[in-house]
Amino acid sequence: MHGRWRRVLRTPLGLTATVLVVAVLALAVLGPVLWGTGAEAVDTDDILAQPSAEHWAGTDNLGRDILLRVLVAARLSIMLALLAVVISMVVGLLLGSLPFLVGSRFGRLVSAAVNIAVAFPGVLLALFFAVVFGVGATGAVLAIGLAGAPGFARLTQTLVAGVAARDFVAAARIAGVGRVRILFRHVLPNIAEPLVVNATIGAGSALLSFSALSFLGLGVQPPSYDWGRLLYDGIGAIYVNAAAALAPGLAVLLAGLAFNLFGESVAKGLGVDVGTGPHTVHRTARIRPVDRSDRETGGAELEAAPSDLVLDVRDLEVTLPGASGPVRPVRGVTFSVRRGEAVGIVGESGSGKSLTALAITRLVGDEGRVDAARLELLGHDLRAPDTAVRRRMLGTSLAMVFQDPMTSFNPAHRIGGQLAEVAIHHQGMSRRAGLRRAVDRLSAVRIPDAPTRARQYPHQFSGGMRQRAMIGMGLMGTPALIVADEPTTALDVTVQQQVLDLLAAIRAADEVALVLISHDVAVVTEVCDRVMVMYAGRVVEDLPATDLATAALHPYTRALVAAVPDMTTDLAEPLATIPGRPVAPADVPPGCAYADRCPLATARCRDEDPPLVADPRVRPDHRVACWHAGEPLPAGQAGRNTDELVESP
Amino acid sequence: MTVTVSPTAAPPPADQARVGLLARPWVRFGARRLGRLVVSLWVLVTASFAMIHLIPGDPVRGALGPTAPAELVEARRQALGLNDPIITQYLDYLRGLVTGDLGTSISSRLPVAEIVAQRLPATLVLAVLAFLAAVVVAIPLGVAMGVLTRRGHGRRTELAFTTTSIVVATIPDFLIGVMLVYVFGVRLGWLPVAGNETAAAYLLPVVSLAIGPAAILARIVRVELVTVLEADFVRTARAKRLPARTIYLRHALPNAVTAALTLGGLLLSAMVAGTVLVENVFAWPGLGSTVVQSILTKDYPVVQAIVLVYGVGVLVVNTLVDLALARLDPRSLIREG
Repeated sequence: MHGRWRRVLRTPLGLTATVLVVAVLALAVLGPVLWGTGAEAVDTDDILAQPSAEHWAGTDNLGRDILLRVLVAARLSIMLALLAVVISMVVGLLLGSLPFLVGSRFGRLVSAAVNIAVAFPGVLLALFFAVVFGVGATGAVLAIGLAGAPGFARLTQTLVAGVAARDFVAAARIAGVGRVRILFRHVLPNIAEPLVVNATIGAGSALLSFSALSFLGLGVQPPSYDWGRLLYDGIGAIYVNAAAALAPGLAVLLAGLAFNLFGESVAKGLGVDVGTGPHTVHRTARIRPVDRSDRETGGAELEAAPSDLVLDVRDLEVTLPGASGPVRPVRGVTFSVRRGEAVGIVGESGSGKSLTALAITRLVGDEGRVDAARLELLGHDLRAPDTAVRRRMLGTSLAMVFQDPMTSFNPAHRIGGQLAEVAIHHQGMSRRAGLRRAVDRLSAVRIPDAPTRARQYPHQFSGGMRQRAMIGMGLMGTPALIVADEPTTALDVTVQQQVLDLLAAIRAADEVALVLISHDVAVVTEVCDRVMVMYAGRVVEDLPATDLATAALHPYTRALVAAVPDMTTDLAEPLATIPGRPVAPADVPPGCAYADRCPLATARCRDEDPPLVADPRVRPDHRVACWHAGEPLPAGQAGRNTDELVESP
Repeated sequence: MTVTVSPTAAPPPADQARVGLLARPWVRFGARRLGRLVVSLWVLVTASFAMIHLIPGDPVRGALGPTAPAELVEARRQALGLNDPIITQYLDYLRGLVTGDLGTSISSRLPVAEIVAQRLPATLVLAVLAFLAAVVVAIPLGVAMGVLTRRGHGRRTELAFTTTSIVVATIPDFLIGVMLVYVFGVRLGWLPVAGNETAAAYLLPVVSLAIGPAAILARIVRVELVTVLEADFVRTARAKRLPARTIYLRHALPNAVTAALTLGGLLLSAMVAGTVLVENVFAWPGLGSTVVQSILTKDYPVVQAIVLVYGVGVLVVNTLVDLALARLDPRSLIREG
């Protein structure tokens, strides 16, 4: 609590606001004591005078010093504002907690009334009440107090509803504690903080509203005076003595700002939401380019004829800003994809597989940094900065399918229009031709009644259909490579197969290469020719899909395969899992990242990271990064006792 | 693996048309929203009727002053129908509203409807111009700030912009008005500071009314845009390799503006009310200056009618904003239930 308050004072805005609030309050206390008589001194020889050494802000129509009057008026202005806020809070608290106290039927009526009242601006409510209560200070206090009440009532209602849903309130209720008691003992203490913060902001608003009413002549009446009344008198004489209007205006402004800003900074410091929206702050980390000379580059011997290569990646690294310094979730990934080839990337969450997909498609956000010794698509260097020509090339020959088709389409545009954009921007088609092409592509991905569907919005599509439309969007151009990041994870099991079949069909028909990212070993084996297994940002094994179940060499791959149940799995036994949890990108060990979970790990594994190399004992297109590749595992390793297992996040 | 599913697993929306007009989400939403408008209007009308009865003492005696002869007060009470049973008065009031009869001014004896008709246009023009000015300034400003301060960019710019906009938004419109009067009227003498006779006279009132809302709106647009730029569908747009301009304006902006519009609606209704103060600063011959004069002279029928007009304006604006929102963002139909 203490530290949080100190944090308020540490920001320049918070400090300024605090100093101003203290100063304003001090003025309210001391002003009338110090200058009370001076402010009343009438000098008929010196009326409506301009500012001078004697009267810094000039004099009014009775020759009274305006500056002194402004200083003295602080007490009345602030007292009336605080009084009004107290009324707002009391009435608001009462109305806001009524629904909780009296139960659903009457409570709903109260909250409906509050909702209607909130829709009206405060000034209007204040005018209404000012008429009812009559012109004058008392009327204005009641008017502003009541006008502010609906806002507080709504806030209280929301806060109370939030706390009421929590377990300890339910427990108290079950224990037979009365509602009033629950409200005072359990609910109100939990919502006091945001209420007080909002009351502070409310004090600023009340001060401004009050001076507004007085300025209209509806508030404080002579011979009393507050800042608003002084402003009312001053504005009439603005051409004679501008200071008469400016001085009280400035005072209102400073005091109002002080309360408002103080409330806002306290809210920010305490993490209280005052409904101004999220203000997340992200910081870009600046990272030195890494020295790659010491990094192993396996698989050089696999290089195919350049014309056959669709994607060529060497030593890919992705660095992101982390809580305590930059982290590197992708650490030297090397692979290539040939025309028509399907490569699967599997791994647990956090293994860097999705980030790899984003990096090879150049979609890592500005906060991240991508380094690579080579990153080429169809012979174009993707590390070079974007040009219009390159964008066109990427837009037409690289397609991307994302995990969640619900959020990946723009909710504000029709499906057809979103597909057509690709053709309009990259293939120079007219809008109409683009839409025709979109309908054609939607039929191509087996969406029934494509012309109607193209005119619909994403939320009118089912999940599976959205994902097919997303694939159809990739087919607007003539893609050479489709990168699909968990394309079936967010879908119902029943429609997953359709999407996989569709991807397979497209690949077969047009020799499109496919990079399929998944945590599901079964899916990858079904669709892909080759499988790359990633662990802690590195590829640990790269092997033909047909070999995955039988000839995997890396202990991690073997554990992954063993964790997939099949027809012969004995369901009476607990399902196999991998013990331990994946390494966090922030603390990758110097040696093999899997060593801590590996039954074969030795001292060497913990010191030296094994390079990804083709194992001479097996086929040349099988690469593995392990000092103990293929060594027999201790019996029952993969299915160790479940109670020592830790779920990976 | 043996499960096969027909491609039309989801219920085709063609079914909805067959069920009837009310099954359409948009129609249903509109009907519900209009229902809420009617209830709110009823509450408003009843409140404005009740206003005159909530005033302590005799409103006619209050209006005519303590020296007015008792016969005159009684005659005026009779004319206003204040001696009838309350339920008759209420029904008469409702009947009057429907036929456009808003009563008679106590002080000027003119029909209130005439006074309102004469004053309303000036207020309406002021509010609409100020709203347009705020939107025209705030949206480009908010978008530009959003792009400059998107994730991983412009930390200092963000701080400077946020602080400035909070401070500017806190200054009430009538104080901005006073400052503008001082600078452009008194010191520089460039612009007229009262009335609405010339085009130049519109400038200061419109600006004082628009500045605060513009600051708030720009701030909301920025926050929303920064959030939207992180959305999956913006990544999709980037994956389509669309030019940055298209991504910001076509994909991010509509989604950012929907949220901004919700608050923009509140700003518009606050602006309708803000005219009351700004009109009094600039002696603008609209409803705002009239209502304050009428409150001071205790001309209650006029006050009653003008408060009613302002209230109706606010309610209509809020309803229109909700409907516009539903058009812009089809999802809000679902969200509302």
